[in-house]
Amino acid sequence: MKKKWSDYLWILSLTYLILGFFNILFAWLGLLCFFIPLIISLAKGTKGYCNRYCGRGQLFGLLGGTFGLSRKKDIPEWMKSKWFRYGFLTFFLIMFLQMLWNTYLVFTGVKSLKQAVTLLWTFKLPWHWAYHGTIFHPGAAQFAFGFYSVMLTSTVLGLITMALFKPRSWCVYCPMGTMTQLICKARHHKSS
Amino acid sequence: METKKRKKRKAFVDEKFCVACGSCVKVCPMSAIQVYNGIMAKVNLEKCVGCGKCAKECPASVITVKEELSILSEEVKVNEKEMV
Repeated sequence: MKKKWSDYLWILSLTYLILGFFNILFAWLGLLCFFIPLIISLAKGTKGYCNRYCGRGQLFGLLGGTFGLSRKKDIPEWMKSKWFRYGFLTFFLIMFLQMLWNTYLVFTGVKSLKQAVTLLWTFKLPWHWAYHGTIFHPGAAQFAFGFYSVMLTSTVLGLITMALFKPRSWCVYCPMGTMTQLICKARHHKSS
Repeated sequence: METKKRKKRKAFVDEKFCVACGSCVKVCPMSAIQVYNGIMAKVNLEKCVGCGKCAKECPASVITVKEELSILSEEVKVNEKEMV
């Protein structure tokens, strides 16, 4: 099968993760991975982002499939159940709101900027080397640290399930995938 | 001698658990599987040759390759349930 330009978007995902090690402000670009899937599902009622443009899915497919870093076993039943998928989405959104709240506190000056990336919502990793000051408010940097934490955490989770189960196991419980599928369901429920 | 005719094997998606990620679409050599409305994958039984690539790829393992007749009878069962 002939490869299309969209089959190489994994390069962007990888570049994004690497750039975060050099300058945390690049983390802002990750918002694209949040808005594009939502816009596609809202405007077109499809999961076009997951199906064609998700660089992260491609990266897992490449590492787990082509490079063989996956056991390629079935994912446990409970991980594909609705309660787990919706539960994980809810948890993810709550943690996201908490991150936005932290950003708000830095913007208002109640808290000071913390140059750390929080992995798996628990472990604070020193990340000061990737911060070289900002022409914007320190709050903008706080958001970058927070957002990069979200992206790195989900990548790590995705890599773990990639190794344990099928390469794209992350897609089963990916909050963006669950959310866009819900939007598609709602849209087509209304129109039918 | 009686020759047994083998029933054709086709891919079958457990639509309830499909996450519509589209991994199956990418590997299908016959373009026989498509994601329908961003909700679930559907197999075009006319095009499907039952190779099982989609089943192997599916991250949720919700695709199985079965004999066509059993798929049809299951669909009938589902339809019957919906009718009741």
